Amino acid sequence: MSQNAEILVRMTGIEKYFPGVHALNQAQFELRAGEVHALVGENGAGKSTLMKVLTGIYQRDGGEIQVMGKPVEIRDAKEAQDLGISIVHQELNLLKDLTVAENIYIGRESMQGILLDKKAQNKRTQAFLDHLNLNLKATQNVGKLTVAKQQMVEIAKALSHDNTRILILDEPTAPLSDVEIEELFRFVRDLRSRGVGIIYISHRMGELKQISDRITVMRDGLYVDTVDTAQTPMDDIIRMMVGRVIYEQPKTQSRVPPDAPVVLEVKNLRSWEVKDVSFTLRKGEILGLAGLVGAGRTEVCRLIAGADKRDAGEIVVEGVPLNIQTPADAVEAGIGYLSEDRKRFGLCLGLSVANNIVLTKLDEFTYGLAVNDKEVKATAAEYKEKVDIRTPSVDTMVRTLSGGNQQKVVLSKWLVRDCDVLIFDEPTRGIDVGAKSEIYKLMHSLIEEGKSIIMISSDMPELLRMSDRIIVMCEGVKTGELSIEEATQEKIMALAAPQV
Amino acid sequence: MSEQSIQAQGARKLDLQKLLAPAVLVVMYIFFAIFGKNFFSSYTLKTILESAYYTGLMSFGITFVIITGGIDLSIGTNMMCSAIIGGVAFSMWGLPLWLALCLVPLTGLMFGFLNGLLVAKAKLPPFIATLGMMLVTQGFGAIVSRVQTQRYPTIGTPNEWFKTLFYRSGDFPTGALYLLAAFVVAAFVLNKTRFGRYVYAIGSNEEATRLSGVKVDKFKVMAYAVCGLFCGFGAILYAGTYTTAIPGTGNGLETYAIAAVIIGGTSMAGGSGTMVGTLIGIFIMAVLRAGLSSLGLQAHWQTFFTGVVVIGAVLMDNIRVRAAQKVRV
Repeated sequence: MSQNAEILVRMTGIEKYFPGVHALNQAQFELRAGEVHALVGENGAGKSTLMKVLTGIYQRDGGEIQVMGKPVEIRDAKEAQDLGISIVHQELNLLKDLTVAENIYIGRESMQGILLDKKAQNKRTQAFLDHLNLNLKATQNVGKLTVAKQQMVEIAKALSHDNTRILILDEPTAPLSDVEIEELFRFVRDLRSRGVGIIYISHRMGELKQISDRITVMRDGLYVDTVDTAQTPMDDIIRMMVGRVIYEQPKTQSRVPPDAPVVLEVKNLRSWEVKDVSFTLRKGEILGLAGLVGAGRTEVCRLIAGADKRDAGEIVVEGVPLNIQTPADAVEAGIGYLSEDRKRFGLCLGLSVANNIVLTKLDEFTYGLAVNDKEVKATAAEYKEKVDIRTPSVDTMVRTLSGGNQQKVVLSKWLVRDCDVLIFDEPTRGIDVGAKSEIYKLMHSLIEEGKSIIMISSDMPELLRMSDRIIVMCEGVKTGELSIEEATQEKIMALAAPQV
Repeated sequence: MSEQSIQAQGARKLDLQKLLAPAVLVVMYIFFAIFGKNFFSSYTLKTILESAYYTGLMSFGITFVIITGGIDLSIGTNMMCSAIIGGVAFSMWGLPLWLALCLVPLTGLMFGFLNGLLVAKAKLPPFIATLGMMLVTQGFGAIVSRVQTQRYPTIGTPNEWFKTLFYRSGDFPTGALYLLAAFVVAAFVLNKTRFGRYVYAIGSNEEATRLSGVKVDKFKVMAYAVCGLFCGFGAILYAGTYTTAIPGTGNGLETYAIAAVIIGGTSMAGGSGTMVGTLIGIFIMAVLRAGLSSLGLQAHWQTFFTGVVVIGAVLMDNIRVRAAQKVRV
């Protein structure tokens, strides 16, 4: 990419105020044709707000936006689209029962008079998909595709507007496994070579090196700097983001003595997606579960937590075989499951921080008929301190908290319950660097208290940094077990990839 | 940048919202007091109270169900069916009145419990399960009573204590005491008990609540059962007020009870709502009814305006939710 490539977008001096907050303070951003420009910053840094200004969802309170050299006003999403700006949101917005073609051209169907012309539409879509070098069939049902493929359908949909030259990808890799990410990146690079300008928002530092040409860092609504990716060490970027240094070193040695007691043993666990999985968890251990998305890791953990019914297999807690049929049984046995999808499975967003925290153990706050609210709030306040949940008060609705703080509320729920075995499913997904390291610290302090942890993660450096032992799964089968001393990214990948 | 200050602002806004429904109630009352004929009198006030008895109890009951994210369409017919069963037990089976009255809430409880089983255990959508139960209760009442209108004792008959106990004693509206008592109990159960807390949690996120180790099914059954029980007690007050229970009627009453809950700010999506809100909703409906008739507008006008108020209340709620979301950064 050359320095004098065409400038697609130039935002300068952007100001945005919300009641009580200066959300964007002299923010700026520039996108050239044929580049992948990453936009990074902690949650609340103003990335999303800036992008919402660009896509017409918010109106700026000051500053100037130029698109292809011309100053513009963008009043709504339609006007953004007319200027060639498309966004692919973090949450996929596809209709799973419709075909690829129907999804891409929804609202713009090929018609013959008042009737749909499916044939023409499928043909047109197939030509377009081929043009993008996407290995997809226009007539396939979207629900049958992998998440990565669905994401590509979403991107294809964004590009199908003829004039799209500016593509915003918001956390596109969050739901993807490493292999799928590679597939996505190939596609993104291909688009770049066609002159599309891509704004790439991500929390995953490792990816930025691979995919981006330039990086713009924001912090607290302020523009920090724009740097060339190739010439800037990641540590510098992280420092710019958080204003402090965080070290990411892999663990070299397990801290668990080999004769530590086994707290949890699963034998021949079986269900629709899980095929004969057995393993043990020792006291004070962090057991990493590696694998691609869809490898059955979450499914195994949901069986242990009683969230789904198992077809066969035994769950032994501290030497006692237990018949776990419901989550209530698992919680009773001291097993807590922190879901990967905290909004769907972890939190009651409309309830207060305090009520969420005590949900796992409300009976112990109940005297006679009544719940003792004073005690509930005191306990919640205690965990607010201990886990450092940043919330104005324990009565605040969880919905209003940031992702990292929501995750801390989920964590507190299980700390209150005092579970001996905690299952963390993608504990740091979608939360910023600062909050991540706090979650790590908390996990370590749990271990020191004698708890044991199973951690599912698709973030390899995270697995290597946190785990004492790693189990790898692929297509519902446990394909290997690695001690932390022998584990490397390459070894894990070799076990995680399907053998075709 | 202070996260605190926006949230504080948000909290203040919510407080104002909380005052909206009571404010509407007061404004309506004053409006009718000025423009209505003979509206501003203790007699009208009593009429307002008395028209709120049985819908009030149904509304308290269904508030639990609606906060879990469910709905119970059978409350009107369940209430009527319970009243009919009591009447049958008294007049056809010859039970003493007090014993017949005991059967009334039990009938309500039973149908509510059945609703709960259908929804929580058999996993039927609440709308379908309770729509079926609406027809079942309506039919059941007619079958058991052999389509005979059931009469409860009135003043001047041997059991006139019934009417004085549950409707009016001299000038004193005794029924209002039960409305108040039911409110206190309902508010306590919703706000202070573990069951109440779970009702909110289930409505907010059922799966997250289940994964937290809460026996969600059990508490959902309880919510529908409690709703049925309130309908049963409502049936006693209905009998006290009207003294006749006619087989084949009762459907349509649920709409008024549900409307009161919605006007009181409870979200049909579940997870939020208050008993105080429901109480205010009940009185807004009652004042509206009495007020419109004091303006000389008859029943069909009342129906019309009730609908307008319901739609208005939900529209306001939507605007509020959207405004709340806009504040988020």
